[in-house]
Amino acid sequence: MVMALLVLLGCQLIGEILHRAFSVPLPGPVIGMVLLTLLLLRNPSAVPESLAGGARLLLQNLGLFFVPAGVGIVANWDLIRQQWLPICTGLIGSTVLSLLATAFVIHCLAPRTPLAREQSASPKD
Amino acid sequence: MAGDLTRPVLEQLKGTPLFAVTVTLISYQLGVTLQRLCRGISLMNPVLVAILLIGGTLRLTGTSYDAYLAAAQPIAFLLGPATVALAVPIIHNLERLRGMWIAIVLAVALGSLVAAVSGIGLVEFFGGSREIAMSMAPKAATTPIAIAVAQSLDGIPSLTAVLAITSGILAAVSLKFLLGLARIKGWRPLGLAAGTAGSGIGAAHALSLHGTAGAFAGVAVALNGLITSLLVPLLVHFWPK
Repeated sequence: MVMALLVLLGCQLIGEILHRAFSVPLPGPVIGMVLLTLLLLRNPSAVPESLAGGARLLLQNLGLFFVPAGVGIVANWDLIRQQWLPICTGLIGSTVLSLLATAFVIHCLAPRTPLAREQSASPKD
Repeated sequence: MAGDLTRPVLEQLKGTPLFAVTVTLISYQLGVTLQRLCRGISLMNPVLVAILLIGGTLRLTGTSYDAYLAAAQPIAFLLGPATVALAVPIIHNLERLRGMWIAIVLAVALGSLVAAVSGIGLVEFFGGSREIAMSMAPKAATTPIAIAVAQSLDGIPSLTAVLAITSGILAAVSLKFLLGLARIKGWRPLGLAAGTAGSGIGAAHALSLHGTAGAFAGVAVALNGLITSLLVPLLVHFWPK
């Protein structure tokens, strides 16, 4: 667990340094994710079990870590109430459209052949 | 008598991390339990349930949001290493990503552009202020990127955070329904769409459905963050005022 946290926080810290020192237009954690992907890319079949376990633990509860920022809806309540129509239409409309646009493009462009394994595990509904 | 005693104790505790973290964990756990009990009802998203419960608790105890946010840092802090950890499902699913990078980049880029253009356009069409439009523009990106871009566009960062998270919840709860409606099947479009339109929360949802979906969502979160931070300021620059 300590090793896993160390690797994850180390990548984030390096990402944070790159973000600040060279004004890379991505936040530290996202640069850290790219860095860790590149590091693990050297031997993709040998991700250390400690790291995989730690990552699994964090990712199983990824939603939890967004909760404190999400409660900010309380702080913005008056503004949202005043302009609820443009906010709601913009939010719902753009989310639905971008979701469909992304799914449509990958659906049309992706090769369908190597999918035998994936299809069997596809959602049934 | 008991009330006289609980009030000062509550006053002392409500600004502490112990109180904020415990309330957050209880609310989220209740959300998870509710989601399990109401299997199939997507609206029972644990993040949404937790936000509502905590919002109510803050009102009841007269705690300000800023005080809560400062005290809940131990939880918010873990968002950083959790984002880095998305590299692991990406690596584990590398085989499935290989050979389709161009398709992935095109799909995420179009999704990102559509989110920004329709976000600004709809807000302005329905009479929203420019401030709201600028807060809406980068909201498809992962929350920290969205906030940074909103700041540079003179939007309202805390509103952008709320919009990014609500958009993630919306994407998570409507994902299966919308893709079913469009007759698009498979974990790859599902994951990529969840990560592009719903960033971290969409990715968390995709990951809870299937590993492949999670990997595609993780890639989409990273790519969309990059594309949004480059593209949206440019788009706004040329957007008619």
